[in-house]
Amino acid sequence: MLNRQGRPTAAGEAGTNAHPTFTGNKALAQIEPLLFEIGRHDTTGVDIDEPEDFEPRLGGLERKEAIGLPGLSEPETMRHYVRLSQMNYGIDTGLFPLGSCTMKHNARLNERMARLPGFSDVHPLQPVSTVQGALELMNELGRYLVTLTNMTAVALSPKAGAHGELCGMMAIKAAIEARGEGKTRNVVLVPDSAHGTNPATAALIGFVVKPVPAREDGTVHVEDVKERLGPDVAAIMLTNPNTCGLFEPQVVEIAKAIHEAGAYFYCDGANFNAIVGKARPGDLGVDAMHINLHKTFSTPHGGGGPGSGPVVLSERLAPFAPVPFVRMGKDGFELVEQASDAAEKPFGRMTAFHGQMGMYVRALSYMLSHGSDGMKQASEDAVLNANYVRAGLSDLMSLPFGNKPCMHEVLFDDAWLKDTGVTTLDIAKAMIDEGYHPMTMYFPLVVHGAMLIEPTESESKSSLDFFIATLRDLAMAAKTGNDKERFTGAPHHAPRRRLDETRAARNPVLKWTPPAPVAEAAE
Amino acid sequence: MRYLPLSDTDRSEMLARIGVKTVDELFADVPKNLLLKEPLDLPRRKGEMEVERILSRMSARNVTASSVPFFVGAGAYKHHVPATVDHLIQRSEFLTSYTPYQPEIAQGTLQYLFEFQTQVAALTGMEVANASMYDGSTGTGEAVLMAHRVTKRRKAVLSGGLHPHYAEVVRTLSDMASDAVVTMQPDVSGSEDILSQIDDSVSCVVVQSPDVFGNVRDLKPIAEKAHQHGALLIAVFTEAVSLGLVASSGSQGADIVVGEGQSIGNALNFGGPYVGLFATQSKFIRQMPGRLCGETVDADGNRGFVLTLSTREQHIRRDKATSNICTNSGLCALAFTIHMTLLGETGLKRLARVNHANAIKLADQLARVKGVEVLNKTFFNEFTVKLAKPAAEVVEALAAKGVLAGVPVSRLLPGAGLDNLLLVASTEVNTDDDRAALVAALKEVL
Repeated sequence: MLNRQGRPTAAGEAGTNAHPTFTGNKALAQIEPLLFEIGRHDTTGVDIDEPEDFEPRLGGLERKEAIGLPGLSEPETMRHYVRLSQMNYGIDTGLFPLGSCTMKHNARLNERMARLPGFSDVHPLQPVSTVQGALELMNELGRYLVTLTNMTAVALSPKAGAHGELCGMMAIKAAIEARGEGKTRNVVLVPDSAHGTNPATAALIGFVVKPVPAREDGTVHVEDVKERLGPDVAAIMLTNPNTCGLFEPQVVEIAKAIHEAGAYFYCDGANFNAIVGKARPGDLGVDAMHINLHKTFSTPHGGGGPGSGPVVLSERLAPFAPVPFVRMGKDGFELVEQASDAAEKPFGRMTAFHGQMGMYVRALSYMLSHGSDGMKQASEDAVLNANYVRAGLSDLMSLPFGNKPCMHEVLFDDAWLKDTGVTTLDIAKAMIDEGYHPMTMYFPLVVHGAMLIEPTESESKSSLDFFIATLRDLAMAAKTGNDKERFTGAPHHAPRRRLDETRAARNPVLKWTPPAPVAEAAE
Repeated sequence: MRYLPLSDTDRSEMLARIGVKTVDELFADVPKNLLLKEPLDLPRRKGEMEVERILSRMSARNVTASSVPFFVGAGAYKHHVPATVDHLIQRSEFLTSYTPYQPEIAQGTLQYLFEFQTQVAALTGMEVANASMYDGSTGTGEAVLMAHRVTKRRKAVLSGGLHPHYAEVVRTLSDMASDAVVTMQPDVSGSEDILSQIDDSVSCVVVQSPDVFGNVRDLKPIAEKAHQHGALLIAVFTEAVSLGLVASSGSQGADIVVGEGQSIGNALNFGGPYVGLFATQSKFIRQMPGRLCGETVDADGNRGFVLTLSTREQHIRRDKATSNICTNSGLCALAFTIHMTLLGETGLKRLARVNHANAIKLADQLARVKGVEVLNKTFFNEFTVKLAKPAAEVVEALAAKGVLAGVPVSRLLPGAGLDNLLLVASTEVNTDDDRAALVAALKEVL
């Protein structure tokens, strides 16, 4: 029996395993051994002809030992990885409300465009006369990013968000040193709600990290910032919209106070997707902000990368942008690869080449497809969807900062689970059984048992209705208290039950090793 | 807009359910005067066909590696990638998944990372490898920071054979962190006296092999001297295919091996995304940067994999973390591991032999051209030639003739007085015709 949302009206028997199979496989759910357990050392899935005889010129440094790498034929390779893929959950599988990570639809047009040979089959050190189209694309992407943020310049090369943070903070450090204050300004203010990458980045280049508290409403207040400002403060690293899913209402005042104290405003742009086309960081007083192309502009997350983290810079920081960068010359686009060739004062270099070209193409393809109207609409829909989830769950789950509008993600805490014996982790794992990827859990750290839900603009209303109904069922089941095993034992139906992370950390096994020979093992 | 499922009716119903009249009420915390009323001054939405047209036009303005005799290397190499690789990495479940924070539904990603780590450890001759870095250059920067943590010293010595852009990445990071760096003079012949730089103040020595000029370097004496002084040897490679033919850095005593994995499974992509390989000895794992995947069991006792030792990482340790890295190069690592699985030991070694043999053929042919001198005694698939004219001019002239001949050293090391040197790479993609075209064009230009 199905209800209005096309879902069962009661918890069913789906997945119960009355007849265990001989193989351990469950129809489409196949157990796949490790490559090293099925591969053979004399097998290869690539046909290459052996070269004619030659005298090696390796100075006697030929490899003599075996490597220990098994190979598979092509059909075996295909099957191995297809079976592995079937143990994974992706955006294309279902709703993926991982807060702060922005798991929106990955359009396949963008994949096709990134594979155009003129982008994928060109070398970073070809003569610039042979890559004018690639430089044009980088220039165009930069123009879009600068326009959307109302900033002065952009450094494209950082490889991911945290690398972008590093780039932005290096620009700030270079600017401070250029002012002769390198020795004295060494403190960076970071709210407790910040991503871990913020304090890690600041510390990496020698800044001392000092916390700024958030008030009870989940936002940072200008008085709390002012109290900590002084001649020793280099910058603040503030995420806006913040990790509680709220737009910092005093951001303009904070920026003003920071500037008056001679410091810089680094904005973590992880949540820029909430405000693209609605507000511009440059108007808010931001000096540097990285943009996760893999979040806001939907380049695929790929199971953990590659990302891309261009940094937009204010007029005060623009001269310090690292090499390489593209500029227009008299004969077309030029690539400035050496600090000595720049009219400005580049602080150095972030990476060997020009950054994540493959991601630039995908992001520009996204931007061209959406247009300025579509990008504004996407931000509005992302915010609308998050608030719709909030409205659908606020009577059952607790909102740490009250039931007020959020941005693109809604943050719940675990107060509503008090005395149920069920934790945030249990709810997350029970969501897996219901066919969802869990929300972000236990982040931000400022909220107890945090559950951060970001549905993104890619979800339809019916998908959200189904999701809300499912979470309501789970919430009510958790609160009744007589169905605890559903939660504490979850997931029951995933390719694996709950995994023992303590064991993994206590005795790390980080690679496959051949099993001991039988005779030895028997001893 | 084709990517946005909500209709205007949906939007109205949802606003009503939320209890607001307009979507801008949800943006109430944005200062009123800064909330944009109209879309920004950028083009409006476009259909697929139009986007394809615009980007294809830009793409067509570039000369692709496959369309010409192509000998460009210096840290990124043109190799053939089997069709299977690109198909598999586009599987939705790989492409559209996230960092495997929920291991029960990410065993696919975790198992291939575990396999990847095993392959990288085997290739480098080390005990453990991580789940990837952004690329070889940033990995090298991270390796230096790791050596500083291990040795509690803060001075790195960079070989003159280290790729100049890698050296610049390390210097940028070190300058910002107020760590000392000694950079040796460019070492065209692979004969620098790096041993004399090693003393008790040194944290690590960073040596590339094959180095940027192509020389295959004997790392054993450097490892020995470094260890005598309590320093670490960081061995760097930029051409992963060389690992199939050259003695592993691990077997020569390296403490950290780091390099660029692009050559296996990944396209040139104008410089990125690539994949950094990072391996070390077990005793250093708690000082390693980046994600690590480890084996464990689930509640039913079945083998499974998880991200582990995360107490090193930024999301737990914050300002005390070993690195700030979060997102890495997951999908490029997948491409690497699939290609490596297809090759297997047999295929990788053969591929490496073909590369070496092709480079030898090319070197011998170029050595016979008047005005060309091959400088290397040893090399794998790339070597340095000295031309009778500045290499940058020659490369431009050859490009005009439809041959991409290599990388002028002056592009990497301007002002170093090495203007006539050219780095030439030859891989399995080069044919006899390609080599003949390069020789013929060079004869015309020189």
